[in-house]
Amino acid sequence: MTNTLTMDKPDVRNRLDAMAQGIIGAPLDRPEGPLKVVGTATYASEWQLPDMAYGVFARATVPAGKVASIDREAVLAMPGVLAIHDDPRMLVNPAQGGAGKKPLQDIREIHYFGQTVALVVAETFEQATAAAKALKVEYAAPDDASVFDPESSAATVEHGPDTQRVQTGDLDKAMADAAFSVDVTYTTAGHASAAMEPHASIASWQGDQLTLRGSLQMLNYNVAELADSLAVGQSQVRILSPYVGGGFGSKLGVGEDSVAAAIASRELGRPVRVDMSRQQVFETVMRRSETRQRLRLAARADGVLTGIGHECLVSNLPGEQYAEPVTQATEFLYGGENRMLSVDVARIVRLCAGSVRAPGEAVGMQALESAMDELAEKVGIDPVELRKRNIPAIDPSQGTPYSSNTLAKCLDAGAARFGWDQRQTQTCATREGEWWIGMGVASAARVHKLVEASARVTLASDGTVKVETDMTDIGTGTYAVLGQIAGEMLGTPIEKVSVCLGDSALPAGPGSGGSWGAASSGSAVFLACEQIRQALAKKFQGDEEALSLKDGIARLGEASAMVVDLVAGKPIVGEGTIKPGETSKATRQASYGAFFAEVAVNAYTGETRVRRMTGAFGIGRVLNEKTATSQCYGGMTWSIGSALTEELAFDLRDGHLVNHDLAEYHVPVNLDVPALEVVFVEERDPHASPIQAKGVGELGICGGAGAIANAIYNACGVRVRDFPMTLDKIIGGLPD
Amino acid sequence: MPALVINGTLRSFDCDERTSLLDLLRNHAGLTGTKKGCDHGQCGACTVIVEGRRINSCLSLAVMHDGDEVTTIEGLGTATDLSPLQRAFVSHDAYQCGYCTPGQICSATAMIEEARMGWPSAVTDDVETSPELSDNEIRERMSGNLCRCAAYPNIVAAIRETAA
Repeated sequence: MTNTLTMDKPDVRNRLDAMAQGIIGAPLDRPEGPLKVVGTATYASEWQLPDMAYGVFARATVPAGKVASIDREAVLAMPGVLAIHDDPRMLVNPAQGGAGKKPLQDIREIHYFGQTVALVVAETFEQATAAAKALKVEYAAPDDASVFDPESSAATVEHGPDTQRVQTGDLDKAMADAAFSVDVTYTTAGHASAAMEPHASIASWQGDQLTLRGSLQMLNYNVAELADSLAVGQSQVRILSPYVGGGFGSKLGVGEDSVAAAIASRELGRPVRVDMSRQQVFETVMRRSETRQRLRLAARADGVLTGIGHECLVSNLPGEQYAEPVTQATEFLYGGENRMLSVDVARIVRLCAGSVRAPGEAVGMQALESAMDELAEKVGIDPVELRKRNIPAIDPSQGTPYSSNTLAKCLDAGAARFGWDQRQTQTCATREGEWWIGMGVASAARVHKLVEASARVTLASDGTVKVETDMTDIGTGTYAVLGQIAGEMLGTPIEKVSVCLGDSALPAGPGSGGSWGAASSGSAVFLACEQIRQALAKKFQGDEEALSLKDGIARLGEASAMVVDLVAGKPIVGEGTIKPGETSKATRQASYGAFFAEVAVNAYTGETRVRRMTGAFGIGRVLNEKTATSQCYGGMTWSIGSALTEELAFDLRDGHLVNHDLAEYHVPVNLDVPALEVVFVEERDPHASPIQAKGVGELGICGGAGAIANAIYNACGVRVRDFPMTLDKIIGGLPD
Repeated sequence: MPALVINGTLRSFDCDERTSLLDLLRNHAGLTGTKKGCDHGQCGACTVIVEGRRINSCLSLAVMHDGDEVTTIEGLGTATDLSPLQRAFVSHDAYQCGYCTPGQICSATAMIEEARMGWPSAVTDDVETSPELSDNEIRERMSGNLCRCAAYPNIVAAIRETAA
């Protein structure tokens, strides 16, 4: 019988803090660390299966139309070539995150430049690569002209999902009546996840049973997507992803490689491995849409907002439901009774838009927080103070209370650590050699979501503990934190706890996405352990809440015993399931934070260097201080990329992605990242989850680029409203 | 048919002459610790040490290394006997997903030696003198190894501790 908890009311018991082992939250090393540093952690395409063949994709060199013919004979005659596949089940683009069903299929129809059009299978990787390159494909032109530019008047613009629309009061009137107002338009470039491990799959069939070794974030959904794509039953599909070389949204849904490998393997009767090249990953896996954001802020003389407008244009392929939810945090972050929030979608021919780390807030917050800086200057108050004056008592869009709101505390804690009192109010006030120096602040916010999750925990007769779930660890620290929760609950030293992840045969969780993994799967582990504790307490004829477990010794009242003696040769299995409930509707749940950045802007070239950055974050309970800090470092570094270097460049003549590799799409390198400082504003959020934890993985990118933009303005007086803020956008405005 | 001394053992391979050193290691030698991140020398995930120097193994054909000594991540330590740098990467959490990690460690292992030999870098003020391995020197010398998870501050800390 599974221990199931639906979060219909806050869990104020705060059980984890009552435990005795003392490892929850501790900065423990990752248990899988030694395997990663010696290279024996096995990623998707690294399994050595006997008699394996290699598949390489050929790509479309036109943006639209149909495949008219493929010259198969010439390529089938090449050395080692085994097959050419263009099966109508093969995918045009990956499934969107959480879809749980097949995405668009039939690669014989071209939907964007660079789309896969065929898979060539050969005995070796070299043979398959050469053959895919040699494959001649003829295309039939489309009937209609394609639109490649979201700003083109020829582009069809549709309303995004209604759930993203907010309209209350009269914003136009609020703007007209405002003592101070800001009406500005910001733009942000498209982004790529650019996870270090390119997408890859190895498919092998035993009879009707498919085993897919893939690089995927959400196995529970991926099994459904893969089965639906192949038109087989879900029970026929097993996915293994014990190690995932980064995801950031790009591996949420099953992709082209998985389906193609499965089809090719089935036909060939041998395992087939498909590695996508870095260029193919850029060209065919989800992009974050570019955005245009009109921000209107209306304020009283004291800076308190009376109105807030955030109207956005994003883009996607025709027919795709996904629209970058740019205004997601604007809904609840600041007050103002007159509100107008919307997201429109331009239908254009570029690769599919989908989730990239912190969809919505990552680009929405940096624009909002820059506009807030503009307002602070107009009002003439400190930008930290402006934000604090605008933290509402309740969610201004839904009218619900916050489960907790640490924004003010994060602003204060971050300001103190950073030394915000050293900031010069005037621009162009600090010069060091040929560099202008400035400081900026921005708020951070990211929605928190609990998602149904299950886990199994086994207390073995030797006292060791095993945690099992299909949850993945994409670098986020899942192996570490789930082990710590189990060890804490069961009084087991961490070296006696093992964690098995990334196997779809294990109890299902929501996977890694939306920053919900640790809180959701962690709660499932917590509930499974609670069941084991109940079984142990029963052996004392006592109450679970009175049971103390530490270092393998159980105590209840006056009685005590070794846990192994209580287990007495019969392993105790606990199963836990967490489900979201009323608390997610009754309260607004989010993680909050504050960024502080110091930059240097070159007085002659306009080049910006981030000199230091501090982030203060309220994420509920910190499950492992070391891995949580790393998550924040990662997010803050993405903020630097979003601020200064990252930009997908599309050719407006045919929609093809020009900078489709790591030489031309500039992710921050080591020298781009200065000393970073992370401060946790610890709290317990009983509405969020029974372990009082919220999301952390995405928060660090939600607003950070705004702090950098504001620091650039403070340094040199140039307000850039077009991200990334490359030197060409700064140099013209620099003081003489 | 190249023969290479990989992690101290002479091994010969029957492989396509188009095989890169990276693909030889991963697909023929069974040493998948060396990672493929871009196949174009842009990310550093495939860094190995050849004849004492760090190189991007994806930019080199295996046949060009006949007789060469190649050290991969597997040759630097094992899970139960980590090298000092590997140990520092674990304790400083100098990784997240772990995919760039072997390349970072191979690169840093060779880089520490380069600095000890007095090689300057782009951020060295005075190229006439042996530079001290400051944080900025480490950052510059490790900028050929991308880490999208962005463990950079911890990578710098792990290298700083090991090189000291």
